[in-house]
Amino acid sequence: MATVDPSPARLSIYEAASANRWRTLLLIAVFTALVAVVAYFIGEYFTPGGGVAALPIAFAISSGSALVSYFAGDKLILAQSQARELGPDEELKLRDIVESLALGLGIPTPKIYVIEDSAPNAFATGRDPQHASIAVTRGLLDKLDRTELEGVIAHELSHVGNRDIRVMVLVTVLVGTIALLADVMWRSFFWTQGGRRDRDRGGGGAIIAVIAIALAVLTPIIATLIQLAVSRQREYLADASGALLTRYPPGLASALRKIAADKEPLEVANKATASLYIANPLKDAPAFFDHLFDTHPPIQERIKRLEAMN
Amino acid sequence: MEIVVVLVIIGALVLFFIAMYNRLVTLRQRVKEAWADIDVQLKRRHDLIPNLVETVKGYATHEASVFQKVTEARAAAVAAGATGTPEQRAQAENVLTGALRSVFAVAEAYPQLQASQNFRDLQENLTATEDKISFARRFYNGNVRDYNTSLQTLPTSLFAGMLGFKPEQYFELTDAAEREVPQVKF
Repeated sequence: MATVDPSPARLSIYEAASANRWRTLLLIAVFTALVAVVAYFIGEYFTPGGGVAALPIAFAISSGSALVSYFAGDKLILAQSQARELGPDEELKLRDIVESLALGLGIPTPKIYVIEDSAPNAFATGRDPQHASIAVTRGLLDKLDRTELEGVIAHELSHVGNRDIRVMVLVTVLVGTIALLADVMWRSFFWTQGGRRDRDRGGGGAIIAVIAIALAVLTPIIATLIQLAVSRQREYLADASGALLTRYPPGLASALRKIAADKEPLEVANKATASLYIANPLKDAPAFFDHLFDTHPPIQERIKRLEAMN
Repeated sequence: MEIVVVLVIIGALVLFFIAMYNRLVTLRQRVKEAWADIDVQLKRRHDLIPNLVETVKGYATHEASVFQKVTEARAAAVAAGATGTPEQRAQAENVLTGALRSVFAVAEAYPQLQASQNFRDLQENLTATEDKISFARRFYNGNVRDYNTSLQTLPTSLFAGMLGFKPEQYFELTDAAEREVPQVKF
């Protein structure tokens, strides 16, 4: 008799999923608070007492962008990446791999997209496993063999099963909103600078102005750091659960090695979507700040951990 | 004062029972959903077999016994699919897998059949379906293990039987590689 396979990959998926539900709520709360604080100081900066008046606007902005990202974030991201959905008879080998591995995770087969770009890379997005999409580049299909492709798809499907995708979509859109707000703030400071200098202003006003400027600088940085820290941790987890799903860690390790060796940047990726991909698509790893601004853990480290699994 | 304490204890026990019951229902539901995945793939395999038999028959006309065996095995597997427990279904599927192997073994002897695109497509389809069965099986067995474990561990094990929760069966297929170990005799 065949023995029953132990399946720690799936076990951790239910746990990761419930952790991610809390993470989603926490994320929206932190984001709302951040936007509210920024809006309060913008309001105070322009008219004393105007901070409270700005709060409803802040809540409108944060709930608006949270709703948009929840219901349409995946479509925005796929459109921006110029991904095309595959018909039922295209790329049968890929479809087969996706269907098999989805069965192994107990999730519905996600929609499959292809990005016509020769740089090998892939990402998954959506709000839950029932509304999930997985996108791979043409380069990935051309350059990887079957076991490597299975490794990459298993990694992406783990993001779907773990409900990472919802957190990632929210983070992508919310951080984008904060960056936009900070930008608006900067501009308004410069425009109003001349007019305000003439007016007589107490010490309290000056302090608020300093805080407002400090917030304008710090908020997008804080938001980005949160995004990066969350996404790096998730990559290790998805590597591990993906490897357990295929039962063959060397497949993903070898795929990562090939992706790392490929020096071509992915044209359709940008700073906001970079953290979605299986490996940093921008190929512009900054050397400063001791990897604080990397969207992904170092690929060598990921390969090392995968090889240690055998 | 004592009444309050008693009420609090009763309340806590009720909450504990509700949580335990809901957890068991969730786990059992996961087992059922996972079983549906296996079922779809098994049916798909059953659907592919008549085509395969017809295609192979067209080339290999003198192998009637092999065809009969696989047709019977398929009928038995379909019948087990309608009413059988996971264990009975697994048995029928194992017989079917064995019969299919012998069809492919027969096919080896007919190069024209090997060259036929139709045959190759069917072969690929069957392999892919068997792959999917094995992935779906792994997920199902994992869910059964979680469910059975929580039925058999304390304190749930004290009440689970009373509430009508029964252990589920694993779906175990014999490994193709395991079965094909050749017997070497001198």
